[in-house]
Amino acid sequence: MQLTVNNQVHNIDVEPNMPLLWAIREIIGLTGTKYGCGIAQCGACTVYMNGEPVRSCSIPVSAVGSMKITTVEALSADNSHPIQKAWIALDVPQCGYCQSGQVMAAAALLKRIPKPTDADIDNAMSNICRCGTYQKIRDGIHVASGKKKLADVLAQYEASPKTRG
Amino acid sequence: MTIKETNTSVASVSRRRFMIDTSLAGGGLMIGLASMPNLAFAQKAPSYNPNTIMKAGDPEVNAWVNIKPDDTVVVRIARSEMGQGTRTGLAQLVAEELECDWKKVITESPTPGQSLARKRAWGEMSTGGSRGIRISEDYVRRGAAAARVMLLQAAANELNVPVAELKVDKGVITHTPSGRKTTYGKVSEAASKLTPPDPKSITLKDPKTWKVAGQPLARLDTADKVNGKKVFGADLQLPGMLCAAVKACPVFGGKLVSFDEAKVKNLRGVKGVVKVNDFTVAVVADTWWRAKTALDVLPIVWDEGKGSNTSSPDIEKMLRAGLEETGDFWQRKEGDAVTEIKNSARQVEAIYYTPYRSHVNMEPMNATVRIGNDRAEAWVPTQNGEASHAALAEAAGLPLDKCEVFKLDPGTGLGRRGGTQEYVGQAVAIAKQFPGVPIKMLWSREEDMTHDYYHPIAMAKMSAGLDSNGNITGMHIKVAGQSINATVSPMAIKDNKDVRQLQGFYAEPGDAQFGYKFPSLLTEYVMKNTHVPVGPWRGVNTNQNGLFMECFMNECAVAAKKDPLAYRQAVMKDFPKHLAVLNAAAKKANWGSPLPAGVHRGIAQFMGYASYSACVAEVSVTGNIVTIKRLVFALNSGHVVNPWLVREQIEGSVVMAMGAIFNPEITVENGRIKQTNFDSYPLIKLASTPITECVLVPTNDFWGGVGEPTICVVGPAIVNAISTALGRPMRNFPLSKENLTLA
Repeated sequence: MQLTVNNQVHNIDVEPNMPLLWAIREIIGLTGTKYGCGIAQCGACTVYMNGEPVRSCSIPVSAVGSMKITTVEALSADNSHPIQKAWIALDVPQCGYCQSGQVMAAAALLKRIPKPTDADIDNAMSNICRCGTYQKIRDGIHVASGKKKLADVLAQYEASPKTRG
Repeated sequence: MTIKETNTSVASVSRRRFMIDTSLAGGGLMIGLASMPNLAFAQKAPSYNPNTIMKAGDPEVNAWVNIKPDDTVVVRIARSEMGQGTRTGLAQLVAEELECDWKKVITESPTPGQSLARKRAWGEMSTGGSRGIRISEDYVRRGAAAARVMLLQAAANELNVPVAELKVDKGVITHTPSGRKTTYGKVSEAASKLTPPDPKSITLKDPKTWKVAGQPLARLDTADKVNGKKVFGADLQLPGMLCAAVKACPVFGGKLVSFDEAKVKNLRGVKGVVKVNDFTVAVVADTWWRAKTALDVLPIVWDEGKGSNTSSPDIEKMLRAGLEETGDFWQRKEGDAVTEIKNSARQVEAIYYTPYRSHVNMEPMNATVRIGNDRAEAWVPTQNGEASHAALAEAAGLPLDKCEVFKLDPGTGLGRRGGTQEYVGQAVAIAKQFPGVPIKMLWSREEDMTHDYYHPIAMAKMSAGLDSNGNITGMHIKVAGQSINATVSPMAIKDNKDVRQLQGFYAEPGDAQFGYKFPSLLTEYVMKNTHVPVGPWRGVNTNQNGLFMECFMNECAVAAKKDPLAYRQAVMKDFPKHLAVLNAAAKKANWGSPLPAGVHRGIAQFMGYASYSACVAEVSVTGNIVTIKRLVFALNSGHVVNPWLVREQIEGSVVMAMGAIFNPEITVENGRIKQTNFDSYPLIKLASTPITECVLVPTNDFWGGVGEPTICVVGPAIVNAISTALGRPMRNFPLSKENLTLA
């Protein structure tokens, strides 16, 4: 079986019912994509299939075929994606475990809707975060889209680019 | 000059047979095992973040600080980082006293084994109870200040000038009279050879003069959390590693009778089926998915035991009966509250119910263990490295100095990964059956949700007497519910009185002091335990006690026809810190100002973890749909080390507390937990999360916690607003029981 992940073709010998998540994590060895529930509820396993976000825990690897898989490791080479930049500038992640999925879902939203409204964000961002980083995720998407200025969001929290160090 | 004793200990640590090297670029985690198994997996992402494990034997100024020749400042952090920001906050405190350049600070964590070998040089590692900073700040700051003294002395020696003629700014030392300069990096090695000053002789900086601490600085560890590079315990891939999936008896207290290994042993990748303990079985395979898939079809016979006779209605009935029991249950008795209430013009009474809650850390429970001939190693996402170390040694049957734990930053802890280390014991029991092979044991989400140490279930009967003016004459708080200590530390229960369950109702100042003064007061706790294990869950017993008290205060205010803020203020004069925080929240929220039609306010205050919290909620209720429009907080945590991170903790506490009052509860059916995954136990999502506004009002005269204090005021503020909106009190949680759902 062949699997194209991050523009690299992998020849893998696995059971056809192995979920894509586990092929990515345990066979190919890319562990940025997380296991959270196994039933497509939490979104920690979000990857792109031909550019569309999917929950890889619930897709058998046999269903992928020649579709191209993109994982969080390939979102950018150097944390330069606007979502990654905003996430770092605002320290969106707390523990970070769900954030691979949050980042992938948020980047997919921006691709579909370059300047999403709050309602667009509500609809698109259904990934679970147990630390409760949702307020900063919303801020991060607005900063990444250019809808809000970083300095304005920082000011909302009595901070400035200077005091953030 | 003398060689520091601690340095010789470092040398002995570095001679250990097994070394972990975190510096190999891109090569994955390398372990110098006696015999290297074949590389079964290749972790494509870089292995440990350098923020995690300390390299034994590295040079250092002292236990807390290592400055490299290039002026990089390596700060040692002993507490666990699970998202709460303690790593960054402690590093800020060190940088403040050290007077180094914050931009050159990185962190690393000593292991429990390294700490043991140096007579616990880093103190306790426990990271719970919102204590990460407040309990260690003094010795951490003194350690950093001692390093500064030594670095300056080394510079004085090198420049051959009196130390008093030196000044330091961001790690650059200047000899003021001559203008000659050197840096921390240049004198670090010489400094390490000096006799350290007595930490008690050091005067710490006045927080009012802080430049690095107190600032909303960026976290030190965010970059690898946005690109998948951060390695969690669940992600670990070690050379030759096998993976284990486990299943414990679904009914707590039940036993494993038998399993039919033949049915799964020929499945692809399966290496064995093993008994873990009297009630747990594991499948070991080359990958975790294969282990879990085989475990799902493994025929297992359980002896479910007597717990299987218990379901949620039985537990609720027992608690309700407990509220009516009379006996020696009192903890605080001031005056004769029962008689006062009876003789009052008016009585107010309410019975509240709060359910079991699961932690559901996003990263399911896991631990990786390798058992060698006379050595055991574990890689553990833990809130308490030393507790993991003890659990490893006990299960492995080896002395502590033959064991080592490598801490990984947990994908949240929330109280689950601290005192309850049974998961480490499980991994050890499996690894013992595969000598020399690292075994990564990972729980499925289902195992995680059904084998938690749950937030304890509780009910409360709240009674108050009101005089003709509506003032409270007596307050009787009677809680019946499960005891955390009965599950996790029975020794803490004295004379059948478990003080911990009445957290927040204490007379003593400092930690969780009750903020109201009534003419008479009686608090009682009726312990009612079940077979369901319970444990600390972010906020612990302030969650239900805050809800009981603050919802009931609202009911009393309604009965007295008084404004709920003024009603509280009137009985808080003896508690100026509680009162100041309540007033700060009310002011920020413009309490009393007109609201849009259909929007209602609620207010609450409570104390926990040495900090004072208050919240004002604005909600609307349309039909049975609740929309939270606004949440305003005030927090006095004494000092604020990083206001950005404090605000993030408040924002996070909102989401967890909202789940606790709106989302479905954990229930018991025939002895087992009925909810198994996020479909039956959903969590709050982004769309339901309101914007949280925080006003930080530190009084700079004590050290309070931050991770937990605010969680207990979120629920009652929201609930009181809903009760106002609907004109009837809410007493049963989750609010689905009051036929309400969250927008």
